[in-house]
Amino acid sequence: MTALADVPLALAIPIAALVVLGSTLTLIGATGVLRLQSFYDRLHAPTLATSWGTGAIIIASALLFTFIDGRAVVHEFVIGAFIVLTTPVTLMMLGRAALERDRAEGGKAMPEMPEPDPSPDHGPDRGPDRGPNHGRSET
Amino acid sequence: MSATILIIALAYAQVALALAGVLLGLRILWGPRAQDRVLALDALYVAIMLLLLVTGMRLGTAFFFEAATVIAIMGFVTSVALAKFLSRGEVIE
Repeated sequence: MTALADVPLALAIPIAALVVLGSTLTLIGATGVLRLQSFYDRLHAPTLATSWGTGAIIIASALLFTFIDGRAVVHEFVIGAFIVLTTPVTLMMLGRAALERDRAEGGKAMPEMPEPDPSPDHGPDRGPDRGPNHGRSET
Repeated sequence: MSATILIIALAYAQVALALAGVLLGLRILWGPRAQDRVLALDALYVAIMLLLLVTGMRLGTAFFFEAATVIAIMGFVTSVALAKFLSRGEVIE
């Protein structure tokens, strides 16, 4: 608490704004993971947390520790670079794995895949949790 | 004055990130399929890493930074291994 009291107001306001921005974006991303209907919609939601959620919080942390230690503290940007490099790899591999699994099961939950039967209630936004193979395909 | 602003902002960030972790934990519990759980676990790693960073900022120590780095690296390795397992059925081929 004593270290936080020495921070000048012109530095405290950007740090507070960046921390609030990053945590709010992470909360919105988590809400999207919980609320979106299809898996292929949910795949986009965590990128809010990994782009500017992480970016704002590590910039705020670097600013605060640069002031507290009295020297340039940039080791937070190692985390930032790692997250930025690894998140597309992870999400592309996960999306491709889900696509292979859905194709192997007949493709009721995939987006924009030509259906063999043109029944009107098989929309592209139909979640995999409401498919007809619910309960059988849970692994 | 500046300490008050920082403490309020960091407390809000801690509550928001913990709530994000709870929401992602609910998605892990509900599923409904394995790739949903892996996706929520990957996002949960990021949320807990940010919570550790914010806690380190609030306490004024740099000790939480190493834990956040380790969690980021382990989250990547875990998610890639689980994605490979979901697509092929084996991790190392």
